[in-house]
Amino acid sequence: MSENIPKKKKSALSDRRKFILNMARGAGLATMGGFIWSAFVDEVTASQLLLRPPGAIKETDFLKTCIKCGLCVEACPYDTLMLAKPGDHKPLGTPFFTPRDMPCYMCPDIPCVPVCPTGALDSSSVSTDGVLDINIADMGLAVVDAESCIAFWGIQCDACYRACPILGEAITIEYQKNERTGKHAFMKPIVHSDACTGCGMCERACVTEKPAIRILPREVAQGKAGNYYIKGWDKNDEKRLKDAHEIKTTTEISKQSASDKLNGGMLEDLY
Amino acid sequence: MKRVWNNYRYLILRRFTQIGLLFLYFGANAWGWTILQGNLSSSVILGTIPMSDPYAALQMLAAGAVMATNLLVGVAVAASFYFFIGGRAFCSWVCPINMVTDAANYLREVTGINKVTGIKQPASRNIRYWVLGMSLIISAIMGVTAFEFISPISMVHRGIVFGIGFGWAAVLIIFLFDLFVLKNGWCGHVCPLGGFYSILGKFSFIRVQHLEENCTLCMKCKVVCPENQVLHMIGKESLPVLSGECTNCARCIEVCDDDALRFSIRSMVQNKETGE
Repeated sequence: MSENIPKKKKSALSDRRKFILNMARGAGLATMGGFIWSAFVDEVTASQLLLRPPGAIKETDFLKTCIKCGLCVEACPYDTLMLAKPGDHKPLGTPFFTPRDMPCYMCPDIPCVPVCPTGALDSSSVSTDGVLDINIADMGLAVVDAESCIAFWGIQCDACYRACPILGEAITIEYQKNERTGKHAFMKPIVHSDACTGCGMCERACVTEKPAIRILPREVAQGKAGNYYIKGWDKNDEKRLKDAHEIKTTTEISKQSASDKLNGGMLEDLY
Repeated sequence: MKRVWNNYRYLILRRFTQIGLLFLYFGANAWGWTILQGNLSSSVILGTIPMSDPYAALQMLAAGAVMATNLLVGVAVAASFYFFIGGRAFCSWVCPINMVTDAANYLREVTGINKVTGIKQPASRNIRYWVLGMSLIISAIMGVTAFEFISPISMVHRGIVFGIGFGWAAVLIIFLFDLFVLKNGWCGHVCPLGGFYSILGKFSFIRVQHLEENCTLCMKCKVVCPENQVLHMIGKESLPVLSGECTNCARCIEVCDDDALRFSIRSMVQNKETGE
C-alpha cells in the first residue's frame, strides 16, 4: 500500500481533507463569533426602563419589528422622540423619549404613528372606532414617590395635577386632614392607571429637584394579582377567571389522602 | 483639469451622490425637507414612495416579526433597483462607510503599508457570507435584528442624520482595521450587507466590460480595484465582470488609459458574445 503512494504526498493534504478542514475552521470561527455577537445583542437589548412612542407594540416585538429609520422622530413636531445613540445605553437606533427633558405633548393627530413603515408603532392600538385617539395611548405610567413629593409633606403643590393633559382623570387630588397642624389638609396627587397615558407632562412639571412623579414603563411599574385573588364584590373582575386553570402540585405528603398520611406517618415515626 | 476629470470622473460623481444623499436625509430631520426622509434602513421619497433595506427586512423575517405591507413595498422598491440595475452599487455610490474605507485604502497606498503587509491577504473574502448567515441565525434565535444592532453603516448614517453619540468610534474602528489590519477589510471581507448585495445584484444589468484587444497589461485596474478578484479576465479575455462582488465603483474604468474597460448593459454584452 505504502509503495503506491509517493513519499511527498504523505504530508500534503488531499483536497477533500482540505475542504473539510476549511469548512470546520469556518464553522468554528462562526460559532465563536456568533456567541460573542449574541452576547452583545442580548446585553444591548436588555434595557427595560425605556419609554417608547405612542402606539408601540410589546417591547420584545418592538425590538424585532422597528427598522430604526427615525421617521417617527422626524414626524414629531417637538424634540420629544430621539433615536438611541451609541452611549445612550439603550437598544441602539430605536426611538424613545425622556419626559423630564421633553415629554410627549399628545398631539391629537399623533403624527409619529402613521409614518411607521413596519408597524412597530401600531395605529390601531391608538384608535377608537378607526379614528386616532391619543387619550388611549399607553406609553407608560406615572408613579408618585410619596416620600419626596412635597404635597405628601403637607406643602401645597398641584403642579403635576395642573400639567396633566387629561386633567382630573389621570391624576386626581385626594384631600386628607393634616393631623400635625390640625388645621390644614394634605392634597395628595393620585395617579389612575386606567386614564394615564404616560405622556410625562407631570414629570416635566414636577417642582422637586429630582422628579417625585415619574413615568415608568407599565411592565415595570405595575404588579399583577394573578388568578388566586379576585374581587368577589366585582362581577367584572370574575371574568379574569375564564382562562384560569387549576395547578396541581404533588409532593411526598400529598400522594396519600391527608388523614392516611398523618396517621400512617405518625405510626412509622413513633415505633 | 481635463485629465483630473478623466481620471476621477466617477469618483467625483460617487462622492457627490454619497454626500448629496446624506445631505438630503440630514435636511429632512433638520429642516423638514420631504425629498428623502428617514435613513438608509427605511426612507420615504418625496413623501410617497417607500424604500426599505431588504437585508434588514430579511433579519426581521428571521426574527419572526410581522411584516407590514408598507415595509414590503419599500423592500420591493430598493431590492428591484439593485437586482435589475445597480448590483452592488449601494456599496460604492450610497454607503457612507465607503468614504471611510476608501480613505484608509488610499492612506495604505501612499504611506506604504501595503508594502509592509505584502500582497497576500490573510483572510478570505467569503467571511461576509458567513457573517450574513450568522446574522440570520442569531436573529432567529434571539428574536431581534442581529446585524442592525451592531451595524456601523446604520450607526454612522443614523448618527449623521439624528446625532452620532459614540458612533464615531465605529467609524474609527473600521478605519483602523482597514488601514492596519486588512486591506479592504470591512467592505471587501466582513460586511454582510455587501455580501447580501453581492448575491442580490448578481444578475443586474449594469456591468463593467473588458475589451482585451485594447489592454496593455498595465494592471492599474487591478491595483485600484477594491474587489480585484472580480477582474480575473484582465488581459486574457474580453468578458464582462459578472461577479456580484463588483461594486460598480468604476475606478478601474477611470484609471485605464487604454479604453480597455467601460460600462455596458448586460443584454448587449450577451449579444456581443453570440455575435449579434
